[in-house]
Amino acid sequence: MGDTEPLVRWDWIGRNWPGIQQLLTDHIVMALVPVVLGLVIALPLGLASARWRVLYQPTVGLMNVVYSLPSLAVFIVLIPITGLAERTTVIIPLTFYSLAVLIPAVVDGLGAVPDSVRQSAVAMGFGPMRRLLQVDLPIAVPVVLAGLRVATVSSISLVSVGALIGRGGLGYLFIDGWQRQFYTPIVVGIVLVVALAVLADGLIVLAQRLLTPWARARRTA
Amino acid sequence: MITFEGVTKRYGDGTVAVDNLSLQVPTGAITVFVGPSGCGKTTSLRMINRMIDATEGRILLDDQDIREIDPPTLRRGIGYVIQQAGLFPHRKIVDNVATVPYLLGWDKKKARARAMELLERVGLDTKLAGRYPFQLSGGQQQRVGVARALAADPPVLLMDEPFSAVDPVVRASLQDELLRLQAELHKTIVFVTHDIDEAIKLGDTVAVMRVGGHLAQIAAPATLLAEPADAFVEGFLGKDRGIRRLSFVPASGLAVSTERGVPGWSVALDENERPIGWRRDGADGLQPFGTFDLKKDSLRTALDAALLAPPGSAIAVDGDGRFAGVVTREALDEALRRAGQVPGDG
Amino acid sequence: MNWLVDFFGNRANWSGSGGIPIRLLEHVEFSLAALLLAMVIAIPLGLLIGHTRRGAVLVVVTANAARALPTLGLVVLIVLLAGVGTTWPVLLPLVALAIPPILVNTYEGIRGVDEDLRDAAYGMGLRGRQVLLRVLVPVALPLILLGLRIAAIQVVATATVAAYVGLGGLGRYIIDGLATKDFPSTIGGAVLVAALALVVQLAFSLLQRVLVSPGVSRRARVR
Repeated sequence: MGDTEPLVRWDWIGRNWPGIQQLLTDHIVMALVPVVLGLVIALPLGLASARWRVLYQPTVGLMNVVYSLPSLAVFIVLIPITGLAERTTVIIPLTFYSLAVLIPAVVDGLGAVPDSVRQSAVAMGFGPMRRLLQVDLPIAVPVVLAGLRVATVSSISLVSVGALIGRGGLGYLFIDGWQRQFYTPIVVGIVLVVALAVLADGLIVLAQRLLTPWARARRTA
Repeated sequence: MITFEGVTKRYGDGTVAVDNLSLQVPTGAITVFVGPSGCGKTTSLRMINRMIDATEGRILLDDQDIREIDPPTLRRGIGYVIQQAGLFPHRKIVDNVATVPYLLGWDKKKARARAMELLERVGLDTKLAGRYPFQLSGGQQQRVGVARALAADPPVLLMDEPFSAVDPVVRASLQDELLRLQAELHKTIVFVTHDIDEAIKLGDTVAVMRVGGHLAQIAAPATLLAEPADAFVEGFLGKDRGIRRLSFVPASGLAVSTERGVPGWSVALDENERPIGWRRDGADGLQPFGTFDLKKDSLRTALDAALLAPPGSAIAVDGDGRFAGVVTREALDEALRRAGQVPGDG
Repeated sequence: MNWLVDFFGNRANWSGSGGIPIRLLEHVEFSLAALLLAMVIAIPLGLLIGHTRRGAVLVVVTANAARALPTLGLVVLIVLLAGVGTTWPVLLPLVALAIPPILVNTYEGIRGVDEDLRDAAYGMGLRGRQVLLRVLVPVALPLILLGLRIAAIQVVATATVAAYVGLGGLGRYIIDGLATKDFPSTIGGAVLVAALALVVQLAFSLLQRVLVSPGVSRRARVR
């Protein structure tokens, strides 16, 4: 490869755009399904850990262990079970990573509800379920969403590692570029992954503004 | 002496926290800045150790303009106590107290010995020295805060609402402790509070401030209660100024009869000559009574002692609690009249 | 299980340049170098913006975006640019990976110290640097260590990717195993990396106990 090789060959992008689009879609699915699944599982588990404090230490400890497992290692361990180059092989470990970030976030978020607020809700006659939905969860939203941002961005970035086992969305472009000693796919892959992450992050920030108007009012005050 | 000369603090957005403040804080006495929130009392205090710098005017510490002193150096010579104590959570109590001595380069042994001495002085068990702040109650933490401020024996002490975060019982004991310490140490103390009762109890001089950073009145508590400068000060002082003012009139001026009773009643004493009650002539059983210390207490305490007892008279005792005489209702009336404050004399 | 026995029971896997001890050492060395570089950049920067509160928004937003950088992509791009066979440039993606958690946690730790404490420290006459080093850092230490722990674990886990471009470390067993369909090697490598990550986790728990004042972690017993 000579020095004349440009970092980006625009014509290559034009020619391969349909394929890139397909990889992008695959990437989005494999990155977001784990986050959504993670959130759906983390909410009840987090609530349970906040309610019964004895569960908290074991849950967080387990999640710390899960978090320290290298993604590539877990992909590989799963191959015999879920198959090589399958979406599921990538989605399962990433779901666990999301859980590792989201469960502590849910617990901390609920911990951020001031005691006085919780007690006055009880005093006003809120039942446990109603209090949870109308008082505790809304107050916990900012902390949970902060966790969701980290989980989403990490998930989008981690999917590309799946390329090493044959299913990594945009990560395929890294393998392709490496094998052909060709910059363009690699650069396109990096740019798209980062752009996707920034976009998703921005959407969550936007959602947070819509979901917690009281925080916004305070900021402008 | 600390002198404020036309001191103004104006923030970037135009808000004026302190407006052209001129006053003197006398050496060796407690001066209290009191007022509602937003009156600039804390800002005024924090300008003395340059936590905030004045926009206009100057502050003199013993004739030296504080702007000529580098802030950390200035602050090491001024004790500083704040509301939540602000103890360093990662350091043991003894090292918290020794903070400034360490900064001043004292050797460790000397600094620690000084810290232990101060812990005792503020009424703390020295067993607490090895603990961390989170292991102490709020009142204990506040005492440590005072000890820490006194560690390098600074002539000036700044106290920013130091007792407002503790419960009333603890607060009262901390206030008494401060007065006791001050009687020994004679520091120049500037004390900020929003509680007028605390101001009157502690202050040799009280500066009442109003919103916008204006000084409304500066005077001794008794003067303040007797002659509030305007409606704002009067309102801030509250309703029962007259009664409270009696706290500043010594009881020693009362006419005491050495009779052990008044017509129809006698004072019952125990074997140590301490009063145990009033006895109605010809009746068994004792009735409630009240006493005051002739030398130390105020006219207010004496009046209170009289109001507690069915005969309407107060029992005077000496420093050891022994019977010293009786003050009749007439004698009290006379003293109250002299104090210019007869109850009910609208 | 049989795979693990095959891998760890094979004596050839325990000696020579491709043996487990050497690979482990390479992995640790590489991870440690990346972590130290990231610390040298992120800790002073985090302390600075946490203490002065200037430039915080920009730095935190950039750090969060940097979390999105796909390490695999950066590794292959850098090796292509620098030429195959280079070693140290491959550290850069790992450093980029480690900086955000260290930076954000250091910044948040310092910024989050109780305002009263800062006030008291300045009021006692501590200078800016003394306030930072003697009060803010000890109090923020649990969060700073948390950031370091997260970074260390991510680096150890992700350093495996470097094997894809021909570098050593435990990733070799995984990548080579995948290429030659040698499953015991792949699984064995994965288990080794996971074990190393757990050791890092434990090491940080110990470090936390040693470095953080009992007054901050509230572990002290009342005597």
